[in-house]
Amino acid sequence: MLHIINRSPLSDIALESCLNTAVGGDVLLIEDAVYAATAGNAFEGKLRAAMGRFKISVLRPDLEARGMADRLIEGATFVDYAGFVELVAANKTCQSWL
Amino acid sequence: MKFGIVVNEGPYQRQASDSAYQFAKAAIEGGHEVWRVFFYHDGVNNASKLTEPPQDDRNIVNRWTKMAEEHKVDLVVCVAAAMRRGIREENLAAGFRISGLGQLVECGTKCDRLITFGD
Amino acid sequence: MSDVKKFMFVNRKAPYGTIYALESLEVVLITAAFDQDVSLVFMDDGVFQMKKGQQTKGIEIKNFSPAYRALDGYDVEKLYVDKESMDARGLTEDDLLVDVTVLSRAEMGALMDEQDVILSF
Repeated sequence: MLHIINRSPLSDIALESCLNTAVGGDVLLIEDAVYAATAGNAFEGKLRAAMGRFKISVLRPDLEARGMADRLIEGATFVDYAGFVELVAANKTCQSWL
Repeated sequence: MKFGIVVNEGPYQRQASDSAYQFAKAAIEGGHEVWRVFFYHDGVNNASKLTEPPQDDRNIVNRWTKMAEEHKVDLVVCVAAAMRRGIREENLAAGFRISGLGQLVECGTKCDRLITFGD
Repeated sequence: MSDVKKFMFVNRKAPYGTIYALESLEVVLITAAFDQDVSLVFMDDGVFQMKKGQQTKGIEIKNFSPAYRALDGYDVEKLYVDKESMDARGLTEDDLLVDVTVLSRAEMGALMDEQDVILSF
């Protein structure tokens, strides 16, 4: 399954809940959730710990817009909107953690 | 592949409608079909033709209208949510139509994928 | 409708502060009316939607919590509550409006994986 998160993990527990609940699969960080995959943020450790179970993708246009595209952590992968579409198509279901 | 999209937030306040639009655009460019976009909660405000953003900003409402015209995307606004928020036939932008929640359920049953954008 | 799918509604938001909980319930009822296989999940602050004794007179917002008791009549019987979320909010099953199935995080994750369509509000 594809899990889509749009909130910063520093102000909302959506990402943490997702990582604690879902059995695994793809996680796509969009909008304010992209901060989760930047070097030095307080959630970085938790995201890294989840990388064994989840494949972490980050929507590049959102990270670029926020001036943080040079800080993507190792192990996370950039996708553009076309990649976003491919992720949705490749997974049988997708869940937006709103 | 046939996509259904749900938009739960209005334009400009949140990024949800922008993200949904960019996703829909990329899906169409990728050769997929965006069968229907269902606007729910404050998302119904995306259908107001009274919207007038500053000239140097994107026009979210017109963008949806144009997509509907060019790619036959069915833009459906939830009637109950719309009535609560003052979206009526009188102020409905071109390309949008008002209908019931059954259209959302249908999005789930008929589409290969249903993806929600909200907050 | 011939094609029956497994729809799961994930509620993670508290009632009244925003309208999501109420409008989510409206979708649930319609989905059930279309004879789909409906599951409702309450986790994180969403568990507060199920709290007994909601009195909304003072805020003049419609108290929609009685509708959860009526779900049975719409054949919506799969109600799941996340145990960890209840624990973190000082709630127990006795605090809830209706009978639910309490699940661990792992059980919840497995259940999500079985769905065809997941909607969250």
